This record gives sequence, structure tokens and C-alpha cells, in this order.
Amino acid sequence: MMTMVVAVLVVLMLATALLVLVTPNMIAAVAASSAVSLVVSVLFVMLRAPDVAMTEAAVGAGLSAMVLALGLRRLGLWKLDNREKDDA
Amino acid sequence: MNQLPVEYLFFVGAIGLVGIGVAGMLLCRNLFRVLLALVIAEAGANLLLVLTGYRWDAVAPIVLPGMPAGTTMVDPVPQALVLTAIVIGVGIQAFAVAVLIKIYHGYGSLDRRRLAAMLDRDMNELAGVGPGRSPEAPAGKRPFPPPEQQEGRS
Repeated sequence: MMTMVVAVLVVLMLATALLVLVTPNMIAAVAASSAVSLVVSVLFVMLRAPDVAMTEAAVGAGLSAMVLALGLRRLGLWKLDNREKDDA
Repeated sequence: MNQLPVEYLFFVGAIGLVGIGVAGMLLCRNLFRVLLALVIAEAGANLLLVLTGYRWDAVAPIVLPGMPAGTTMVDPVPQALVLTAIVIGVGIQAFAVAVLIKIYHGYGSLDRRRLAAMLDRDMNELAGVGPGRSPEAPAGKRPFPPPEQQEGRS
């Protein structure tokens, strides 16, 4: 039972981490990196580290995404379709 | 009940996150995406570090009143270190965003190859190597200090 849950979470986490690198939209990339932190915090709970999970969910998924999103606005990447960007 | 595959799955997830992060840092051209890859690699390293103190037959390292004396617990030292590393990681991310904003205001681009070309051009200008000359020329052939600055001073 726990093996199945951990397998689903790990596959979800790795797929989201790949999505960060391949999506052309920067807002989606920031949201996906926040989702990776959220899944990692769930894995911390399963590793019996509840304090680390609390900090990861609050700081890694919340504050980090906020800092990155505010930086995204300053960098001029805050747009919903940036197909003209030549980035790989 | 065999608990070994669960630990293998955790290791696959942590090492996969570190691998994806390092690959993104090496392959992506946009500097902001390099920063996002750094965030992913950090999360994977934290997961790997907590995983070193994990025991499948242990409880969380919190002493409760009704607990017997010989209860095995998960190692709390890597957890404390990871707690510090998460907060330091967010500080590094904020610093990197500030550096990226300065780069964007200075050069108007975040593309890594374009930035490298512009940095080469600027450093050659500062060293007095014009567009017709090469930075690999012998040092005696290079005008240093640049002649236009000498004219302006006299």
C-alpha cells in the first residue's frame, strides 16, 4: 500500500520536474517548481520528518514561488504565451 | 513484510531530482530556467540528505509522554541540517533573482549565448582589443592603455 503511494508520488514528482524544463511558459515553470516542492514535502512526512515537511511546504513551496514570481514580473517574462522566446 | 523497495523508490526520486536539476542547469539557455533547475536540484539534495537518516522501523524523533525507553527513532541530525538548508536555499534564490534583474537591466537579455557574446565584446573593449584585432595577439601588439583614453587625458 505504502509502496504504491510512494511510487505514484515519485512518478508525479519526476514528471513535474521534467515539465519545469520543457514548458515554454515561464509562469507554468514556476508553478511546476512549487508543485515539486509540495510533493517533496509529502515525501518528507512519509520519511518521518514532520518539521522538515512543514518548513518545505511553507518556505520551499510558498515563499520561494512568491520570490520567483515577483522576479518574473521584473524580468518581463510575465506573459501567458511567449512563443517568440528562443529558449530550449 | 519487505520494506526495501520503498527505500529504493525514495532513492530513485531523490537522485532523479538531482539529475534532472543538473541536466537543466547544463542544457537550458535561459538563465531563469537555470535558476528553476537549481531549485529542483536543491529539493533533490534535501530529500537525499533526509533519506540517509531514515529507518523503516523507527518513529518520528519526538519524545511523547507514554513512550517506552528503548524506542528506535529516525536520526534527527540530518533533519536539523536540512531544515537549515531549505532556508539558506530560499536566500540563495532571492539573491539569484536580484542578480538576474541586474543582468536584464544591463544587457536586455537572459539568453546565455547572447550574454556570453556581449560579455566577450565588452571585455575586449575594456582591454583595448578592437573589433579588427584578436585577443590572442601578442601583448606587445595591443595598445594598452587604449589610445583614445590617452588623447582625452592630454
